[in-house]
Amino acid sequence: MQPKFSEQILVKRKVGFQDFIVITIVLAVLYLIVDLGEGMVVPFSPEHKIAISLSPWELPYYAARSLLRMFIAYFLALLFSLVYGYVAAKNRVAEQILVPILDILQSIPVLCFLSATIVVFIAAFPGRLLGVECAAIFAIFTGQAWNITFSFYNSMKTIPKDLSEAASVLRLNWWQRFLKLELPFSMIGLVWNSMMSFGGAWFFLAASEAISVLNENILLPGVGSYLSTAIDSGNMPAIVYSIITMVIMIVGVDQFLWRPLVVWSQRFKIEMSEASNQPTSWVYDLLISSKLIDWLTNFVFEPFLKFLNNFVNKFANVTENSISSLKRSQHSARVDKYLKYFVLTIFAIVFVKALYMDVMFAISLGLNQLLSVALLGFYTFLRVLAAVLLGALWTIPVGVWIGTNPKAAKFMQPIVQVAASFPANMLFPFVTLLFIRFGANFDIGCIALMMMGTQWYILFNVIAGAMAIPNDLHEAGAVFKLRGWNRWKKLILPSIFPFLITGAITASGGAWNASIVSELVNWHDKTLQATGIGAYIADVTNKGEWNGIVWGTTVMCVFVVITNRMLWRKLYSLAESKYRLD
Amino acid sequence: MKTLIEIKDVCKEFSMPGGGKSNVLEAINLSINSGDFLAILGPSGSGKSTLLRIISGLVEASKGSVSYLGDRVIGVNPGVAMVFQSFALFPWLTVLENVVLGLEGKKMAKDAKEDKARQVIDMVGLDGYEGAYPKELSGGMRQRVGIARALVSDPDVLLMDEPFSALDVLTAENLRRDLLKLWLDGKIPTKAIILVTHGIEEAVYMADRAVILSANPARVLEDIYIDIPRWREKKSPEFIALVDRIYALMTKRDTNVEESTSIKAKKIFELPQVTAGALTGFLELLADVNVKTDLYKLAERFMMDIEDFFPIVHAAEILKFAFVAEGDIELTDAGIKFAQASLLERKIIFGEQLLKYVPFVWRILTILESKSNHRIDADFFKSIIARVLGDQEANRQMDVLVAWGRYSELFEYDKDEECLFLPKESVNNEAKE
Repeated sequence: MQPKFSEQILVKRKVGFQDFIVITIVLAVLYLIVDLGEGMVVPFSPEHKIAISLSPWELPYYAARSLLRMFIAYFLALLFSLVYGYVAAKNRVAEQILVPILDILQSIPVLCFLSATIVVFIAAFPGRLLGVECAAIFAIFTGQAWNITFSFYNSMKTIPKDLSEAASVLRLNWWQRFLKLELPFSMIGLVWNSMMSFGGAWFFLAASEAISVLNENILLPGVGSYLSTAIDSGNMPAIVYSIITMVIMIVGVDQFLWRPLVVWSQRFKIEMSEASNQPTSWVYDLLISSKLIDWLTNFVFEPFLKFLNNFVNKFANVTENSISSLKRSQHSARVDKYLKYFVLTIFAIVFVKALYMDVMFAISLGLNQLLSVALLGFYTFLRVLAAVLLGALWTIPVGVWIGTNPKAAKFMQPIVQVAASFPANMLFPFVTLLFIRFGANFDIGCIALMMMGTQWYILFNVIAGAMAIPNDLHEAGAVFKLRGWNRWKKLILPSIFPFLITGAITASGGAWNASIVSELVNWHDKTLQATGIGAYIADVTNKGEWNGIVWGTTVMCVFVVITNRMLWRKLYSLAESKYRLD
Repeated sequence: MKTLIEIKDVCKEFSMPGGGKSNVLEAINLSINSGDFLAILGPSGSGKSTLLRIISGLVEASKGSVSYLGDRVIGVNPGVAMVFQSFALFPWLTVLENVVLGLEGKKMAKDAKEDKARQVIDMVGLDGYEGAYPKELSGGMRQRVGIARALVSDPDVLLMDEPFSALDVLTAENLRRDLLKLWLDGKIPTKAIILVTHGIEEAVYMADRAVILSANPARVLEDIYIDIPRWREKKSPEFIALVDRIYALMTKRDTNVEESTSIKAKKIFELPQVTAGALTGFLELLADVNVKTDLYKLAERFMMDIEDFFPIVHAAEILKFAFVAEGDIELTDAGIKFAQASLLERKIIFGEQLLKYVPFVWRILTILESKSNHRIDADFFKSIIARVLGDQEANRQMDVLVAWGRYSELFEYDKDEECLFLPKESVNNEAKE
């Protein structure tokens, strides 16, 4: 689900005019997408539909396709993050527009836009699989990009003043500054958030490879669609194969890519003292001691990078000169101002029109349906809250137990991490089967589906929180004979509170996303549907009812943004001001 | 003597939220000539670092101009290099890479750059550490890298922003000597050095010229030439006499200049960041000394840095526990009474002085008493202060007020609700009256 919320995002901001504007913008964009999509009458051409083979021997190929999708999306997300974050951090006018947009983008459920984007991409590549492929990559991209972008932007904004001054006095041009200061300083955050986002993106992979849009079932070769085919045919062994493949992929990418990168990124620590427990990675050690890698670095990578660096450096020198001469002319302030007005005017014209159309579109549903969909949003809101609360209920004691037992923590933390990365939607069929067999009430039962993906984030954070309780507080507690409930009330709960809230925020974001895939599930030829906005969106997407998609998405976004502002941010600032242990 | 840098009528204002403006520097005129070793001295917060940043071109002056060799400086000053208090080394680069960075802007072959960097590294005594990362070095060695990085580009003027204050006493002393030796022996092509410092001894030991700034806003109080022959002996009478004189200059309230109303308004609020505990300790020690004492010697006896020492002296002065004139400090009657009182009596005396001499405390109390529930949001008072001093300073002032109010038990503070309230006792007393 949604990866770890970058902490700094939760700046103290009240619900304000800005939020209103940004929501407006998002809705307007939604309309533009729909508008583009609607003009496209050619649905996905059936002759290009590919059949997914359930033979386990095909799985490596599908896994490779899935991985390729993940990495293309990650590469794009990284590129996007660097450019977007850089511009937002460097240009004050851009910052005022870009940061609020990002703030909303990262809190709205990505999956409600999936169907709309798929239609757009299919339109862009009519009759070819490439369109669907792009749409899937785009969905994964949206699951990764915002966090990485925020991390990079925050790093750029928190570069220590003395280092930035030193770079100025040393007269580094913008490229040298980026290469020697900004990128290295951001590296730890970039690597860490990349790892978390990549972990979260498996969910979107599984959700986007097989989707039905406009009465068409679209399948892309990949592990996600393998699973969905297996579910449709009720083939249990194939389901298990695909799950095993998924676990191998998650663990493999973690061990072979992210762990070594995390270890490598430690060299960019700004603290001048050596930390006592450094992360380790056997793959990293292997690579470091490898002669081949040594040779590759010396004779392939470095010459190439040097060439690239020289080239960009020359370019940077030229632009730097022209920028400084522009500054000298002293008109830059005025140019900035005009630019700002120009951009804002364009924004205003496009979005006012789009918003108007958006509203007209939704109104076509009629007042009754508008209200009933809003009510559906409320049901899902209750379900999300319940999923978070129930998740917290069991993860707090378990997490505290793990966190206060170093041995257990060392053993359990990686497992929890894999569990958090594992796309819970792949496990839905098993639970669905149980529900069908025992005829459970799905309106309540789907809370369990939501929890399956989200509870790990709470557990993860509670463990971290319990591990962070300083030993002297434990000792003080023991000396003053704090026991039982008193110990929880006075010592443990306050200590883990900030972590718990961070986990709950992430979990709630994930649960909203999950509602779209968990309120409407299939097994073989049976369908379970809960009363909620997630099921509604999934349903209208299936049927291709555009006004329903627009209004459903709007309702969900409004609910999510309001919960974030009214509930989570308040709790977060309380946690920050009162319960921070340092 | 060639003028390298000319500073003309430089002013610096920072705008504050709410539209107000805070004056940091006012009408600064200085010229730095070839051969100058200039120290800029001033109390903390006097804007001496800001002045240095204006000289370097990192910060733009609100008014006035800085010129280098006759050309007005726009952007970073081309003739300077800078040494930072925090060293400002790039932790992910080795010593050599850090120093080469000083040549990054120059058109030189890569090998030539490295050779030059190695030479300078040798010169500052870091031979053999070229491949080390900053985190492997001690503080003194890190600052040597900082100095090497600044010197490698052969700057005309070397700017140093409190370069020794992050180091321990012995390391700092060692580094001062080494730097001075490079300078006096003419080993470096640098033509002038500007050293910002709060150490009066450091300035008198190293520099040929000391510029003393006043605080709030900073003006040049005095521009003193130091002609004590090298190497200077810290125990020599002329050295001590000069240090003493500068101390007196720095503690003297700025009386010559007509104070504008805005400055007066500022002084109503500005309390130094001192805890009641530190003030108590200071007054006790002062009472032990008993007589009128030389401030400079007192600071030395307490082994305190003037950055920490001056605020305490200032606090004692504001509350009229002590009286400062011509570099000497003397306890007032209230001060003597306070030093000898018991713990509880002290709180009462402290409260009395606070009410008498800090008008804003009196105002807080009256407002609290006028409210029926005797509670008011701290933000209310904060916004009053912020109008004059800006948000950031208002937060600090509020912290001091709360700490002093709590100590004297004049008023209390509820952190959860962020409001000030009267303690129950005083409410009851009032009711009886």
